[in-house]
Amino acid sequence: MTLATTTPEAAPLGRRIKRFMSDYPIVPLLVLLILLVLVLQILSPGIVNQRWIANTVKFAIPLALLAGAQTMVMLTGGIDLSVGTVATMAGFIVATQTVDHPAGLAMAIALVPALIIGFTNGIGVGVFRVHPLIMTLGTSLIGVGFLQVYQRTVISAGTKYPDFLVWLGTGITWGFPNALVLFVPVAVLLIFIQRRTGFGRLLYAIGDNERATRLAGVKYWQVILALYMLSSVLAGIMGLLYVGLIKAASLSLAEPLVLPSVAAAVIGGTSIFGGRGGYTGTIVGALILTVLTTLLTILQMPEGARRILFGAIVLLVTAAYLRIIEDR
Amino acid sequence: MTKQPLLDATGVAKRYGAVAALKNASLSLLPGEVHALMGANGAGKSTLVKILTGAISANSGRILLRGEERDIRSPANARRAGLVPVYQEPSLIPDLDILSNLRLTRTPVEPFREWVRELGVPDLDLRETARDVPLAIQRVLDLARALAVEPDVLLLDEMTAALPANLAERVLDVVRRQSKTGRSVIFISHRFVEIAALCDRATVLRDGETVGVVDIAPGVEERIVELMLGAKVDKRRAAQTRSGPEARPEGRTRIAVRSLRVGAKLHDVSFDLRDGEVAGVVALEGQGQDELFAALAGSIKPDGGIIEVDGQAVRFTHPADAIEAGIAYVPGDRTEALAMQQSVRENIALPFSAVFRNWGPINRRREDAAVQSAIERLQIDTRAQREVQRLSGGNQQKVTIARWIAADARTLLCFDPTRGIDVGTKQEIYKLLRQLADQGKSILFYTSELEEIQLVCDRAIVIFGGRVVDVLPVGIADEAALTRAAYGLPRDASADVGILAHHAASDRAVTP
Repeated sequence: MTLATTTPEAAPLGRRIKRFMSDYPIVPLLVLLILLVLVLQILSPGIVNQRWIANTVKFAIPLALLAGAQTMVMLTGGIDLSVGTVATMAGFIVATQTVDHPAGLAMAIALVPALIIGFTNGIGVGVFRVHPLIMTLGTSLIGVGFLQVYQRTVISAGTKYPDFLVWLGTGITWGFPNALVLFVPVAVLLIFIQRRTGFGRLLYAIGDNERATRLAGVKYWQVILALYMLSSVLAGIMGLLYVGLIKAASLSLAEPLVLPSVAAAVIGGTSIFGGRGGYTGTIVGALILTVLTTLLTILQMPEGARRILFGAIVLLVTAAYLRIIEDR
Repeated sequence: MTKQPLLDATGVAKRYGAVAALKNASLSLLPGEVHALMGANGAGKSTLVKILTGAISANSGRILLRGEERDIRSPANARRAGLVPVYQEPSLIPDLDILSNLRLTRTPVEPFREWVRELGVPDLDLRETARDVPLAIQRVLDLARALAVEPDVLLLDEMTAALPANLAERVLDVVRRQSKTGRSVIFISHRFVEIAALCDRATVLRDGETVGVVDIAPGVEERIVELMLGAKVDKRRAAQTRSGPEARPEGRTRIAVRSLRVGAKLHDVSFDLRDGEVAGVVALEGQGQDELFAALAGSIKPDGGIIEVDGQAVRFTHPADAIEAGIAYVPGDRTEALAMQQSVRENIALPFSAVFRNWGPINRRREDAAVQSAIERLQIDTRAQREVQRLSGGNQQKVTIARWIAADARTLLCFDPTRGIDVGTKQEIYKLLRQLADQGKSILFYTSELEEIQLVCDRAIVIFGGRVVDVLPVGIADEAALTRAAYGLPRDASADVGILAHHAASDRAVTP
């Protein structure tokens, strides 16, 4: 047994820092976030003010919500690529249904596809053991198809955005984005689920060693079904919020956020192989990605170069971060 | 006999870190002989075989082929030198057809076909995908593939273990004829009957050393058992470690197993497990004990027979069902039971959250109490408790047991729980299992270390070839008796009776 690793007093400074980072993986992430903000301030003095912060948070929240769904799924070693479609469906349907129905009913209708897709994903992954990547990609494509069919039936009716969603998506009160009213309880709930509930414990354990959970009496399909339904419902709610923010329902509303949602979770320290990570890291990850986007925008580079830089930085950050917190 | 040995290995040693898998092994193989390689679990048989076939390289030692040193540091080199193994696991690539598999190893097709016919499979389609060929036939194909390249030394590891009787017969026949052509065979088997019928000599390994080479003759099995056990035979019945069969009231029957049949390995097993007892299970590798434990734990469904728990017949379809009935399985391989990146606490508390109704908020205070008392009871070193993978092997094993102490399981199925852990922890686990039994819990305890039976168990159930061949009271279950029983030899065999005379007796299932 290596006792030395458990007595930090005996270890050299570098080792102690590493151990500290490993025990508090959120710290290096926050440092990186602050660094990015500083670089932004230097490149464009005066840009960082209260309004900028509120706006950044406002745009980071939809990404953070989608990444929340992704984080939960990734804890089990899975991935949910259908979150984009589910969010798009919710947003598009609510915008078209509000024309004929009261906002509350329209929102309820908009979340029905989320439930159906989540259920299908859960059954496919949990019972038939389809790989999550393929399963959620498949349901995602089917969902887009249905949305196109649906679009033809409502094409003449036009769109209308519930006032509540617009207020929630775009409004800022006393310097705080209204979206926090939705986001804070959701974030608290997700973190609570991960840390303090039996369900959360099972997510980590399944991602770590599924066979062990089976021997402990866990029925895999039940957990997976609940998980993918939760993920879809979260994505649906995000879609409602997002359409209120963007106010332009399209068939690819939330699609561009799917891969960033994975990136936010990974940057935030959630392992794509499962068993490690948590939502707090993901939130910071979403903020980092949002700030990074702003940073690259003000650099006035051509779009192509910006994307190349974005991809390279995401790779670099993830690799460096994993090295820092990995303690072997 | 002045024949030059075909293969002559001397002083072969192999270390893994501080552990010596082989210390001083030697093996001398004459042309035209069938040579048995024997030894208890962990004696170093498989290490020696791997070295001879180039799968791993030795730290020291000399290996001569026909009197000259040959490079056999890779399987391909060994093949070229005329050493061809047939391992226990089928080696055909499952997604290729048989013909492509042959091409892969540059095996000539016609001789292969002939050998396959010879071995009793007349209608083989070479275009068939290996995956679709039944397991027993795959073994035969492996053998045919090895024979087709006309090896000087054929190495057969438990060749007949998965074969039905008629195929096994043909295989043994072919092996015997092989030796007539001046080629040699190294034959690894747990079955004395086969060895007696087939082999000329046997090399016996113990603790990584060659302890003897014997000619196979009637009555030699006693000698072989003695060699495998070494000095341990002399102290037989000297150390009665447990305080004898004290007058304890017999507990109620907790689990009754009747004629249990699982897969191809477990054929007919019946026994009772009572409250308050530790029943040992003794078996050589692959005699069906894995299947027995898996069936009792609800991991696999039996093909026949009855399992009764507290007098009620049960059908487990998921480990959750067994756990519901208070039966918990502790696997020998810790990586099977633990979520390595999670904390000690999460691992111990895992069963608490398993069922749907317990998915909600965790009652930290109640859970802490249960987890803490289990940790204290097993004296788990919790200094590195944030991740189980940072714990020592012994402490990890304790966590797998602590989980079920905390969950208050009434029956533990411990499968070789002391494999690869330190002596101190072993002692603690023995003590714990005894304590649990004294509290009225029942424990089924498979072990590959025979001396543990007398340290822990109330009796020993011996399984051989998928059947219960003997049930020994702990008083006489010393290593010698257990080894004999585990090889299917009858209990009071005297040295002057030959193996073949006991052929029928060893196949008979002795029921308690």
